Amino acid sequence: MSKGSLTFIGLGLHDEKDISLKGLEEIKNCSKVYAEFYTAKLIGTNINKIEEKIGKVIDILSREETEKGDKILKSATDKNIAFLTCGDSMTATTHINLRLRAIDMGIRTEVVHGSSIVTAVPGLLGLQNYKFGRTTTLAFPEKDYFPTSPYGVIKDNKKKGLHTLVLLDIQADKERYMTANEGMALLLEMEKKLKEQIITEDTIVCTVARAGSSSPTLMADRMSILKDKKFGPPLHTLVVPGKLHFMEIEALEKLAGLPVELGKKLQKL
Amino acid sequence: MGRKEDNIAKAKDLMNKLSRIRNIGIAAHIDHGKTTFSDNLLAGCGMMSEDLAGKQLVLDYEGQEQDRGITINTASASMVHSFEGKDYLINLLDTPGHVDFGGDVTRAMRAVDGAIVLVCAVEGAMPQTETVIRQAIREKVKPVLFINKVDRLINELKVTPEEMQQRFVKIIQKYNQLLNNIVPEDLKDKWDVKVEDGTVAFGSAYYNWAISASYMKKTGLSFKDIYEYCHKDDQKTLAKKSPIHEVILDMVIDHLPSPQEAQKYRIPHIWRGDQESTLGKSMIECKENGPLALMVTKIILDPHAGEIAVGRMYSGKIERGQELYVAGMPNKNRVQQVNVMVAIDRIPVDFVSAGNIVAATGIRDAIAGSTVTDDPEAEPFERIVHVSDPVVTVAVEAKNMKDLPKLIEVLRSISKADPSIQVQINQETGENLMSGMGELHLEITEYRIRNDYKLDIVTSEPIVVYRETVGKTSPHKFEGKSPNKHNRFYIEVEPLPDNIVKALHDNVIPENVKKHKNEVAKILQELGMTKELAKGVFAIRGLNMMADTTKGIQYLFETRELIKEAFDEVMKSGPTASEPCQGVLVRLVDAKLHEDAIHRGPAQVIPAARNAIYGSITISDPVILEPMQKVFISTPQELMGDASRELNQRRAEVKDMKTEGDSVNIDSKAPVAEMFGFASAIRSATGGRVLWNTENVGFEPMPKHLQDEVIKQVRERKGLKPEPYPAEYYLD
Ligand SMILES: Nc1nc2c(ncn2[C@@H]2O[C@H](COP(=O)(O)OP(=O)(O)OP(=O)(O)O)[C@@H](O)[C@H]2O)c(=O)[nH]1
Ligand SMILES: [Mg+2]
Repeated sequence: MSKGSLTFIGLGLHDEKDISLKGLEEIKNCSKVYAEFYTAKLIGTNINKIEEKIGKVIDILSREETEKGDKILKSATDKNIAFLTCGDSMTATTHINLRLRAIDMGIRTEVVHGSSIVTAVPGLLGLQNYKFGRTTTLAFPEKDYFPTSPYGVIKDNKKKGLHTLVLLDIQADKERYMTANEGMALLLEMEKKLKEQIITEDTIVCTVARAGSSSPTLMADRMSILKDKKFGPPLHTLVVPGKLHFMEIEALEKLAGLPVELGKKLQKL
Repeated sequence: MGRKEDNIAKAKDLMNKLSRIRNIGIAAHIDHGKTTFSDNLLAGCGMMSEDLAGKQLVLDYEGQEQDRGITINTASASMVHSFEGKDYLINLLDTPGHVDFGGDVTRAMRAVDGAIVLVCAVEGAMPQTETVIRQAIREKVKPVLFINKVDRLINELKVTPEEMQQRFVKIIQKYNQLLNNIVPEDLKDKWDVKVEDGTVAFGSAYYNWAISASYMKKTGLSFKDIYEYCHKDDQKTLAKKSPIHEVILDMVIDHLPSPQEAQKYRIPHIWRGDQESTLGKSMIECKENGPLALMVTKIILDPHAGEIAVGRMYSGKIERGQELYVAGMPNKNRVQQVNVMVAIDRIPVDFVSAGNIVAATGIRDAIAGSTVTDDPEAEPFERIVHVSDPVVTVAVEAKNMKDLPKLIEVLRSISKADPSIQVQINQETGENLMSGMGELHLEITEYRIRNDYKLDIVTSEPIVVYRETVGKTSPHKFEGKSPNKHNRFYIEVEPLPDNIVKALHDNVIPENVKKHKNEVAKILQELGMTKELAKGVFAIRGLNMMADTTKGIQYLFETRELIKEAFDEVMKSGPTASEPCQGVLVRLVDAKLHEDAIHRGPAQVIPAARNAIYGSITISDPVILEPMQKVFISTPQELMGDASRELNQRRAEVKDMKTEGDSVNIDSKAPVAEMFGFASAIRSATGGRVLWNTENVGFEPMPKHLQDEVIKQVRERKGLKPEPYPAEYYLD
């Protein structure tokens, strides 16, 4: 066993105050703090504020440094290291990979959870967590890359009556955050390509903007209505509901402005 | 109206009478008299002063051509000729004979329907004779034969009338034999030339006379008469009785096809689109009221007009102000001026219609070889297959650092006009490489940069370009990981069978696999590939291909284009010396992908696939291929030893040695790299009494013991570390 340790600490959803008390305490015991902000971002804060809050300087790792992992693993061999990430730290495959490699190197590892978009969005909308199928992410299309697998995920989930949490691409290094509108447009484009009537103008979708902040915006309506609506600053998330339980319909009406006549129609289905 | 103006008016009038048009190319071994011949045809039709014709060589209009006495650029010229009481428009392309400019010949053949192959009566059929026949047949261009320089046979070689006839028979036999070795099954014996039917003519381009069986019948002249006139040094009378332009242009009109006739069988051969589509039908019928299709075969850089695109209209009509698309380029180009070439002058016209050769300005994006259409989605013409690739390279630097931007611009412009020149601009190292077909080609291009573009440059000694391939099938699959480590690709490589490499080179297999999936799979199976593998082929790059032999891997299709990008990159620049790959079959045998699309984008997949391909080449006995050249030498007996010595010093392999009269003909093959400076070496060794010529013949594996040194040299020149990376390097 080496002398060092690596503690993964989730910073939560929105600003520097989302970190848990336990997380703060762990940071105090660490001699060096690293963080990674390329996959996600705490919209309501900045590095200075976080550093002030935790009382330590943060060494921010680039995408390459995080993926390579050498730098952080090396310093964790003989020091107690904290690694801060947005949301809950173990939802990213790269972080799991890092933890596994640390274990191989005999480094003690620990996880301090943070709140995650994966639970926050269903929670805000009043959708029941166990009715969600596989989560998917919409990527910004690039030259020669327009993945349509999210369409397939939604299709499979729908078939089983399950909801789909649709995360939207974040390119923090370029300050590019996919909006709900862009996400819906991409889904409609996939429909145009694959033509399986999974996503249409009539499909009901839910949008959540700025989950975790004091002013989240929630909406639920037909795609045709929502696709041109304004949702305000990032981050945005989509949900494509499957079969809705009557309590979920009631929640969408009360929390996300689902039109009552739409709700009635859904009740009958 | 002068005769020339009269001709211009007639030419314009004939442009849409398809049965009255002939598009022909003049092709031959170097110096067999193409330009003299073409000039005299023009003069005979009244397009230029008869006194100058053949002496001034107006078709060799560029300074370099005049100075060196060789043709460098294909020149186009049109003339009007009357046959059996009707006027005909003949569009003629005079092509270069030097091997270094062979690309121009190949491109010219795309623009014409018929060709006249010249053979010098004294030299007989030479290596380039075979090559030009091959170039014509590849484009389904019908050739006829002209035996030139007959005057020399009589006056210099002093042959008897019988010997003269024997020589003719021998040349014709040889020509037909070469032709029949090349033509596809359906044309076997059909395009043979015969004295009796008038598909062969004889004469002297220089002295302006010719004769054919048909013309003999018409005039009553015989071979014997001809012999007599030459013998008593009265070729002037002969030129009056049997003028070259009458004999030749009659032959052209009688035996070579009109565009309408030719496009019927040429279109399916040069265009892979749907023959039943509107465009397909319009091209097959050579319609002027159809979609526009223009094949650009030459870009002329004119000091006044700028870049002029010369090419063949296969369908529709081209007019000033039209907005057209150059295949593969995103923007519309607006046509500025539309011209036809009458004699060597560009004559502006309102439009040029299908079946004709046009010279247009304003099509900025076009290079020689581009397809121009009015529909951006239209299928382009087939790639023009060249006999050989650029194999000699020099590094070019601007003498003054401040001229670097201009140098880059000039190099780009040059390769646009002459696609046989390839430039590689490296912004990082600042080293700009210019590759061409041979030393002369590069020398002339350098001259142009200095004199036409007025740019002072410094060039390195010439070096050759190499290719990389593999010697065996990968012993195991090679794993490539994505930077985020969530995706893995498993690759194996193997040498592609020779017959498939040849089919790729000859463009028998469509390069756009996505569009022609079934056809590609079918051809590959016919060539002996297993059905499973053939169906998996999804990318072709140069003489390499990539197949996916995996089954049922979820999401793999989403990464296809990215894997293809990685494949393209590696094939362009291999792991051993960063030279292009050739004859490599890359197989994707397995892949593991992350569930979420966000983790398998371009930044992840491309490096992973690239490393897997690099790695698998590295473990599969990488081999360096070097360019080879056939070297033909004709030496007097007594200089045999000196000539052989020159060859022996150059790793040459002698294939054949034949004694003919007092001279010995040596047929050999040598690496291009060893042949630098051969011209002056053999001249000084033999007092210039040895005739020789060369021809590039593709790439062959380099002897193992020489490879390491070459790899080191090439890598260092490119600013790479001297040794290639070991396979482990590509694991992470
Ligand atoms: N005696 C004689 N000389 C000829 C004849 N035709 C051409 N020549 C000479 O042969 C030489 C080459 O002629 P060109 O017309 O330049 O030959 P070319 O085939 O166009 O040459 P490239 O384009 O460089 O391949 C010149 O010196 C001509 O004068 C001919 O019929 N008789
Ligand atoms: Mg010439």
